[in-house]
Amino acid sequence: MNEQQQPLWGFMAQQADKLAAQTLQHIGLTFISLFIAVLIGLPLGIYITRKKSLSGLVLGIAGVLQTIPSIALLGFMIPLLGIGAKPAIVALLLYALLPIIRNTFTGITGVDATVKEAAVAMGMSKWQVLVKVELPLAMPVILAGIRTATVINVGVATLASYIAAGGLGEFIFGGISLNNTNMILAGAIPAALLAIIFDFLLSLVQKLNFKKIKGAVKIAPVLLLLLSCLYFVPSAYGSKLTAGFTPEFMGRQDGNLGLQSKYGLKIHTIVISDAVMYKAAQEKELDVISGYSTDGRLKAYDLVVLDDDKKIFPPYYAAPVVREDALRKFPQLEKTLNLLAGTITDSVMTELNYKTDYLHQSPERVAKDFLVAKKLYRVDRGGKSGVVRIGSKIFGEQYILASMYTMLIKGYTDYDVATKTGLGGTKIVFDALTNDQIDFYPEYTGTGLLAILQAPTKTVEQLQVSKDSTYNYVTREFVKRYQLKWLRPIGFNNAYALMMRQKQAKELHIKTITDLKRYLDSK
Amino acid sequence: MIKVDGLVKTFGTTKAVDGISFEVANGETLALLGTSGCGKTTTLKMLNRLIEPDSGSIYINDKNILEENPEALRRGIGYVLQNNGLFPHYTVAENIAIVPQLLKWDKAKTDRRINELLGKLHLDKGHLTAYPSELSGGQQQRIGLARALVADPPVLLMDEPFGALDNVTRAKIHGEFKALDELKRKTIILVTHDVQEAFELADRIALMDKGKIVQIGTPAELLFAPKNNFVRDFLQEQRLQLEFRAIKISDLWEHLPTGGDKVKSPALSTELDLWSALEQFKFSKAETIQVKNSEDVIKAISFEQLMAAYAQYKTLQPHE
Repeated sequence: MNEQQQPLWGFMAQQADKLAAQTLQHIGLTFISLFIAVLIGLPLGIYITRKKSLSGLVLGIAGVLQTIPSIALLGFMIPLLGIGAKPAIVALLLYALLPIIRNTFTGITGVDATVKEAAVAMGMSKWQVLVKVELPLAMPVILAGIRTATVINVGVATLASYIAAGGLGEFIFGGISLNNTNMILAGAIPAALLAIIFDFLLSLVQKLNFKKIKGAVKIAPVLLLLLSCLYFVPSAYGSKLTAGFTPEFMGRQDGNLGLQSKYGLKIHTIVISDAVMYKAAQEKELDVISGYSTDGRLKAYDLVVLDDDKKIFPPYYAAPVVREDALRKFPQLEKTLNLLAGTITDSVMTELNYKTDYLHQSPERVAKDFLVAKKLYRVDRGGKSGVVRIGSKIFGEQYILASMYTMLIKGYTDYDVATKTGLGGTKIVFDALTNDQIDFYPEYTGTGLLAILQAPTKTVEQLQVSKDSTYNYVTREFVKRYQLKWLRPIGFNNAYALMMRQKQAKELHIKTITDLKRYLDSK
Repeated sequence: MIKVDGLVKTFGTTKAVDGISFEVANGETLALLGTSGCGKTTTLKMLNRLIEPDSGSIYINDKNILEENPEALRRGIGYVLQNNGLFPHYTVAENIAIVPQLLKWDKAKTDRRINELLGKLHLDKGHLTAYPSELSGGQQQRIGLARALVADPPVLLMDEPFGALDNVTRAKIHGEFKALDELKRKTIILVTHDVQEAFELADRIALMDKGKIVQIGTPAELLFAPKNNFVRDFLQEQRLQLEFRAIKISDLWEHLPTGGDKVKSPALSTELDLWSALEQFKFSKAETIQVKNSEDVIKAISFEQLMAAYAQYKTLQPHE
């Protein structure tokens, strides 16, 4: 468990299989999308040199596509194409389009007008002018566009792991969630190397003289196709059901590791982000997912939690983790934050999450409604004596809690509040806290124990007996190591859970994780 | 023979070419002369349909070219451009072989023709594998000419062919151009803004302005019988030199004294223009040069006698 002390090289050697598979997937994703982007972009670029009036429109649209944040673009793809390779490839190809179309257009319009005129005057047909004169002369510029597109794609392809398309992003985002630097580097370094290597190789192609380019043009599509095929090399072993787990779940003892060691569960698994996992389960893209027991979408999507009959998912408290110096600086802060302690039970949290995740109410509104109902709400005092900085992770529950704390601090104290919500993962939000970028954020004792403290397996097994022992251990260690204080628990427990669609679980008679394993093992 | 009638081309609201008509006989060289924007290049480009006319007709050897397939038409017309328009990604040999390739000649025939042209254009065989950028401007222009001539088209269109060359190189190529027998058989239309170039190379000149032909005629006609002030002013600046270029010894023949001191130097043709004749004095360092007319009558004349004949000839021209 104590991977932090393991050298990076050791980690990479240990994970060599996975690393190779992810690298191949990464190269495959990059080049499938690049190949299709060239197939679309090159003719389109040529077309707008013929119909110049359309060039503004086409380049404009390609430019707008380029400005859509990659995560959002991947998000847009899910309702249209589901999860997996398809939406990832489409998103990547949309990013690759602009440089290819633009450089084709610039390259061809940049060909010396005298040369083009000579070609026409000599009696070449339009097609001959294009193939014999314009394309060869524009080739260095077009190749520069393809080179740009390749580097962009290698970068954006890391995000493909969010929608279960694989690639080196699995390590990067898994590492961020698990506070595992080695894991991040094991994904980030190969990704960076791929970008550098492809950039270098394409720069060589670009510098080839005119003669050799004629040949290169013929082998380029073949080469692209070969590289594209790499995606399919590490095709995972088939199984009757498909599981989608978050990167964090994949690497945790109270997650996939536990499922494998305690239950011996073998299931075809794809890595996917929390944001799209539930939807994918509802749409039958996935059969088993790793969710949170308090997640509102559990209710919304008619999912059922499988009974954890071997107790690998111990329940954990949620509580604010605060910098000790912040508590000294803002004497009223601890008392104010503790107003919420013990007020939110599991079912209440699920209900609140349901309102934001499914009914699409804003976290602020949900937070305010709750505080008003509990008679905790007070009007903003417009305080000016110092600013408390609140952080949160990037999912609904954390936004609601951050809103509640904001309202409480504004209503009960003279402090103002700055929120830094949506920090993408345990590592990011925790680093923000230790580096004095935020004053506190809501954390879960289990995450503190496993992902932050990275407690040895033995300690974890001893502590899993009760929630309170975990809370006490984490409180003690955090003060000692990080000068951070865990305040009183909010009340609800948030634990991992395996979920399936209610209907499917009923049909297959699966109620517990052991049932699931038995079903998977039966022929 | 080229026959152009009532050619009109409008770009937006400006009439680039406004009802132009002219004829060019077989083997004749016509220069379209004028300042930039006068419509001379547009006129030229309509002849091989790089630009389609709005109205008017163009006949080449009695065939209406506007009804022909434009690509086939262009393969049969040589075209030389100002900045040579050589393909930078083709070697010299490949550049010259473009039209033969389009016409699907076999390789042996193409090679034979290229070798033949190389000799005529004073190009080295070693240049064939070079790329255009490795050659001098003069060499590039010769290759441009070779490319236009390779399929031996009866008609040659030249758009400011020597405009990008320096004066020394241009003078040299002008000389070669006139000496090239390959060109003597061709009907040539040459676009230029250079009055001297037009006078030196063309049989007839069409002086253009604002899309119209102001005057069309031989150099001498333009010089000595200008239609209006525009023509006169256009030629005024370099008048003396142009006159020397326009007047041939045969024009002065009757004013030249007979006899004179016979020298051993070879006799010059009376087809020589006055300018070239004057140059002979410089080269030969002799007191007199000998000229021989078409009836084999030889006259030996001195510089002073030549200038006196010129002065007499001038006084006989209709007054401007």
